[in-house]
Amino acid sequence: MSALAARRRHPAALLIVLIFAMAVLGGLYAVLAPKSADAAEATANSGQITAGRQLFISNCASCHGSNAAGGPAGPSLVGVGAASVDFQVGTGRMPLQQPGVQAQRANKPQFTQAEINQLAAYVASLGTGPAVPPSQYTNGGGNIAKGGELFRVNCAMCHNFAGSGGALTRGKYAPSLMDVSGKHVYEAMLTGPQSMPVFNDTNLSPQDKKDIISYLKNVKEEPSQGGHNLGLFGPVPEGMFAWTIGIGILIGAAVWLGRKAA
Amino acid sequence: MTIDQPRNDKDGAVSSHDGHSEVATRDGAPAQFENPGLPPHVHRAGDHDEKAAKRSERQVAALFTMSMLGTVLFIVSYFAISADDVVTLPLIGPMKALHAALGTTLAMSLLGIGLGAVHWAKTLMSDEEVVEERHTLRSPDEARDGALKILEEGAESAQLKRRPLVKYTLGASMGLFALPLGLQLVGSLGPLRRSKVVGDLQTTLWDSKLPNGKPRRLMRDPDNTPIRLSDVTLGSVFHVLPEGIDEAAHPQNEKVKASVILVSLEESVIKSAREKAWGIGGVVAYSKICTHVGCPVGLYEQQTHHLLCPCHQSTFDMTDDCKVVFGPAGHPLPQLKISVDTEGYIVADQGFKEPVGPSFWERS
Repeated sequence: MSALAARRRHPAALLIVLIFAMAVLGGLYAVLAPKSADAAEATANSGQITAGRQLFISNCASCHGSNAAGGPAGPSLVGVGAASVDFQVGTGRMPLQQPGVQAQRANKPQFTQAEINQLAAYVASLGTGPAVPPSQYTNGGGNIAKGGELFRVNCAMCHNFAGSGGALTRGKYAPSLMDVSGKHVYEAMLTGPQSMPVFNDTNLSPQDKKDIISYLKNVKEEPSQGGHNLGLFGPVPEGMFAWTIGIGILIGAAVWLGRKAA
Repeated sequence: MTIDQPRNDKDGAVSSHDGHSEVATRDGAPAQFENPGLPPHVHRAGDHDEKAAKRSERQVAALFTMSMLGTVLFIVSYFAISADDVVTLPLIGPMKALHAALGTTLAMSLLGIGLGAVHWAKTLMSDEEVVEERHTLRSPDEARDGALKILEEGAESAQLKRRPLVKYTLGASMGLFALPLGLQLVGSLGPLRRSKVVGDLQTTLWDSKLPNGKPRRLMRDPDNTPIRLSDVTLGSVFHVLPEGIDEAAHPQNEKVKASVILVSLEESVIKSAREKAWGIGGVVAYSKICTHVGCPVGLYEQQTHHLLCPCHQSTFDMTDDCKVVFGPAGHPLPQLKISVDTEGYIVADQGFKEPVGPSFWERS
């Protein structure tokens, strides 16, 4: 330890500490970053509806009312459809973890996909609404160029040109789309959760949605051409990186060059 | 100011330049400070110890060797690695192997030379302080006179004095050349083209009918397909361009003025009577061009019914004539009056009733 302490004023110490801190941060992010969950499709039958109602009564009814007609703390779920339940519960936004400006995505949903399917079947039985999309539209394989164009016109203003998310008003935000499954992206467009508007199948056809999902998959899988992408947030963080880290290193180098060796 | 003042200044400057310390200071401080000289020279380990110097030499040589290695590896990877190969790196994730290899080896190559040179200079090159006096900046009088003479001879040999016609026409042509530069400024930004420019700012493609006399439909951007009223379900947002924009003389110019956002609200939340009347049962269309500096206002929050501009966070209330509720925008977004044609598609009955986009001087 004393050897370390003796060298704490060494010119390279700042650089080493900086690199160490960046490595730790990056490592922590890699470990803690949310992982995507894959899931099977929902199918409905009366047994599922009954089981879903039981789950609903014990987990959701305190806010949404015992008949899902809405309560003081939650909206009515009549007619929101299975897609809405699959999105909200499947991404861990519901049951709500804590009150706030918007429900946040959880790393792990609180129910298994089988339970989510039961809940979705129950809510779908209350009134017609959008169903869970078939997997042919949610697994990619569409026209990436068309999807990119549609994404830039309809989605990029909130979710950023590369789907990395962005800020809305009063602490609300459009989340990153990088680790969201194609099914959940489709369901979000279909149902318009929270601040997001609805993009129904007459606005963006199922094929359009498939193209958008394929574009997002491509952005995520495309290897970086020139090193770290700094989160793909655009010119502001990139400029900030250049002004703080880049110029910091230059100043450090200038100070080192100007120092006498003895 | 009197005439004496500058003369005094000059005297003072001369006397201090000569090293006289007659200039008295008010607070008793010395008129001139003693030159403290250089701090005592500290010798480095390598200056006396040959072993240390040898070690430095080896370190410098090692850095230069690292540079050579980097260069060789650069050339090898340039040929050996395919442009399609992908490598997963810590912190960065998947990236093109060729670029990673070229960047790393080039850094090795350049850093080796740079670090080696600096280490060499710091540990081995002499670091004895040397003082070098600066020579006077003023050239000797003979040189100054000589320079003047050369100029005069040049003017004489160019026959500037003997041939005034050349002198005056040259001057006139140089002077006239300033006109084209100024003309662009005055002509394009100023009054010469004002009626044309202002006319362009006050109209959009929505003001004109289609060549067949029908009102323009609202078309999906970028698919260019018409929108039925039944397509616009509650909470939907459609990004819209006018029908026939591709046939316009300058489609891009028309696009930046005529972009529209079509939103379906619950009719009961709309506060403004005019907004209700210009929409169809809660489906309303507004200009998408921000009235601040003209960014596309696209961030629609379905729950608050606020429309947010991504550039400077101007926020418009879609339930109340798109009035500004936050941010630097100067006036509400203009509304587009819409109705349904005989085939069930949404059309614009008339153009915007006020100019779209940012304010300008002649905006009434």
